[in-house]
Formats: sequence, structure tokens, C-alpha cells
Amino acid sequence: MGEGKLVLDGLRKAFPGLPVLDGVAFDVAPGEFVSLIGPSGCGKSTLFDVVAGLETPDAGRVLVDGEDTTGRVDPFAYMPQRDLLFPWRTVLDNTTLGLEVAGMSRRAARERARPLFAPFGLAGFEKARPQELSGGMRQRAALLRTVVQDRAVLLLDEPFGALDSLTRTDMQTWLEGVRAHYGWTVLLITHDIREAVFLSDRVVVLAPRPTSVVREVAVDLPRPRTVEMITSARFAAVEEELLAALRGGRAP
Amino acid sequence: MIRTLRRLAPPLVLVALGLVAWQWYVTAADVRPQVLPSPLRVVEQGWAFRDQIWANTVPTLQVTAVGFTVSLVLGWALAIAVDFSPWLRRALVPLFVASQTLPIVAIAPLLIIWFGFGLLPKVVVIALVTFFPVTVGLVEGFAATDRQATNLLRSMGASRWEQFRYVRLPGALPRFFTSLRIGITYAVTGAIFAEYVGATAGLGIFMSVQRNSFRTDLVLAAVVVTALVSVALFALTYLVERLVVPWRPREVRHG
Repeated sequence: MGEGKLVLDGLRKAFPGLPVLDGVAFDVAPGEFVSLIGPSGCGKSTLFDVVAGLETPDAGRVLVDGEDTTGRVDPFAYMPQRDLLFPWRTVLDNTTLGLEVAGMSRRAARERARPLFAPFGLAGFEKARPQELSGGMRQRAALLRTVVQDRAVLLLDEPFGALDSLTRTDMQTWLEGVRAHYGWTVLLITHDIREAVFLSDRVVVLAPRPTSVVREVAVDLPRPRTVEMITSARFAAVEEELLAALRGGRAP
Repeated sequence: MIRTLRRLAPPLVLVALGLVAWQWYVTAADVRPQVLPSPLRVVEQGWAFRDQIWANTVPTLQVTAVGFTVSLVLGWALAIAVDFSPWLRRALVPLFVASQTLPIVAIAPLLIIWFGFGLLPKVVVIALVTFFPVTVGLVEGFAATDRQATNLLRSMGASRWEQFRYVRLPGALPRFFTSLRIGITYAVTGAIFAEYVGATAGLGIFMSVQRNSFRTDLVLAAVVVTALVSVALFALTYLVERLVVPWRPREVRHG
């Protein structure tokens, strides 16, 4: 499904009496991992809904590989904050939901999803019900459901926000590994600066609502990232820069 | 099994105590059986008239089954229509509520005048008393679908019908079974009431006839049978639920 170059071009969105997006513009290169951070309530989730084609912007465009895809859902695989695994489906059938909706037969969809179970640490849980999985496993299953759709760009909305910190660190390390292997183009929302730095090639800082881009910070740490890097001076310097940008954005 | 027994024990103990007190009172005060028969007499006479009671139970079960089926079909059709059309939601939901304000006591005899002593007036009464909990349970079950789940399905490119099939429908099933249980208990009493007003056979008309000949004991025997039928149907819904919604019990235990 194309290379996955994503361009956000001057996105504006207001709800009645509430301007939310005030000309948000940035790019994501094919295979790049970009994180979005911003003060809470700044409109990150609205921005995601607009990019994912769930909300129509009042102005501006979303382009994927040069094509205007504003309001279209098909270039994006979307992972919401909660895992939303449905208890009436097995784990395998939860992961194939997007493929089935896209018209693939259940059998073909299962054949597509099954090989991903081992790299996602879910081998042996194909027939389990979601409620039998741990929190980390549920998030990996939700991510599997997202990536198996084979869309150009992955939109991840705070995927690890609900996990305890130890599990979260494990998940971040794991994600860093699989991402390098599959070369996804990822846009990630997070409120965790450390997570943003650890995973990203670039971090986009948003202003308070009505939001726009305050700053883009490149993370020039070598890949693959390791847990040891978190304590390095370079890592701390990037974190520092992002914190400053966040604080600067809050001032009037 | 042991858990079920443990749950059933307290109400059974209470019922047993009540029966003992009743038996004692009737014996001690020497009440005439036409006024208040003892529990033992109810059982004794009920058993003696078992053929007649059974012959009247079958038509009642039939009427209940037909009436409740009509109610279910109607309830599902209306609930789905309401789920797909905001206009129909605004138009119909107030009418559902209004249907519950109809005094069945007054309507039922009229139904007999309009439709005769056959199946139809009874089916209408049962549908009237049961379709409300079923329909409202479904309508609310569909509407309670998580917004994020809807968005997830939309992001996958799901049509409104696919959203319904993959998320709204299965998500509404637990709530549907709750309302099904309310409905089915109304269904049996609704059938009895419809028969009471006018019928050729059935527990309702049986009670009416026995009351007129002061066979209080047989009226109460029929009441016991009615209660047993209701409880059996109630229990049946749990069985069906376990087959249709196998994922539910686990969640309930955790919640």
C-alpha cells in the first residue's frame, strides 16, 4: 500500500464554540517513527480522528504519498487508547477483524494473522479469549490487529498508557524491535516524553488548544534503541529540549 | 452445582417456613377450606386433579410460546429499525413507553369482543406486556456500544451494517438476556390473565371456573403450577444464554 509518506497540511477543526486545531502541519517520511506530545486536552485525539478520516477537517488536507486522502480511512490503521478486544471473539479472530471488514474470508484472514502471533509474543493464544490475556498481551494483540491490515501508516493513540511502568518498558523495547524488522511508518500519540524519545526518529510538540506545532525535535540516537540509552547524556538532552518546548508552548 | 444450591437455599428455607406457618394456622384456627385450604390439601387435591390441570397447562404453554415469539420477533425488528434510524428512534421510543400505560385489565375484555375466544387476543395481550422490556433492553443494548469501538470499526472501513453485525449486536446480547428474563415472567402471567378474561381452555380459565365453584384449593394448585412454569422458563433463559453468550459469565465473576 504505497510507501507511507504522510503530510498534514494546515489542518483546522473547530467544534461549536471550541476551536481545536489551528493549522496543524508536519510530515512523516516513509518508515519514520514520529511521536506527538502536547499538554493534555490540547487536541491530540481530535487531530488523530481527523488524520484517520473519522472527522472531517474544516480546512487543510491529509496527503499520503502525494495523494489527497482527507476524510478517507483506508490509508491508516488506527489503534485506539483502549485495546477494544471483543470478548465474543477469540484472540485470533479479534486480530482478523479489520481484514474481515475489508472483505477477506475468515479463513484467509486467519492465515494472514497467524504468522504474526510468534513475533508478537502471542503464540499459543490464538484460541484464547481476550480476557485470559495479561495487559501487555492485550496491547500486543491490539497492535497485531492494527498492523495486519497492511495500511500505509499506523496511528497509535497512547497504546501503552494504561499499562504499569514495568510492562510499559517491556512493550516499548519490544515495539522498537518489531518496528525495525517490519519498517512501519508510525505516528504515535503519547504523554510520556521518555517513551516518545525512546521510540521516535522525531518528536512533534503541540501547543495548548487551539493547537498547532510548536517545535519538531529530531532524536539522533542510534538504532536499535536499548534501555541503557535512557540514562545517556544525549537522551537526557533531548528530553530536556522537549520539556522546554512543552513549557514554552504553555506560556501565552 | 454446590454454588447453585447454596444460592437457592435461603429462598427455599423461607418458603418452607411460610408453608409450615400456613399449615399450622389453618389447622389451629380450623379455617374452612373454601376460604383458605391448607398447603397439604392444595397438593393433595392438585394431584387428584392432575389430568385436568395438565390438560389446561398445555394450552397456556402454547399461548405463552406463540405470544412471546411474536413479541420477540416484533421487539427485534423494532429495535433494529430504531438503531438504524434516528428518526424512528425519536418517533417510536415514546410510543413504546406509551404502550405500557395501556390498562391491560380494561383492554383485554375488549380484545375478546374484537377477536373472539381464539388465540389472537391472548397473543396480543402477551405481546403488549412483554414486548416493552425486550425492545427497550435491545435498543439500549445497541446504543450502549462504546464510541471508541465504533470509531475502530469505522477506521477499518466498516459500513453501518458491519458495525452492527460485528460490535453492536454481540455487545447487546448480555443486556438482551436480562430483559428476556423480565419479559418471560410477564409472558406466563399475561397468558393466564388473557385466559382468565375468556378462553375455552387454559390455566386462567381453569382458575376462573374453580373459583366460581369455591374450589379455592384447586385455584391455588393452578397458581403453584403457574409459578413452576414461570420459574422453569426463567431458568431456561440462563441455559440459552450460556449457549449464545458463552463469554458472559467470566466477566460477571470479575466484575
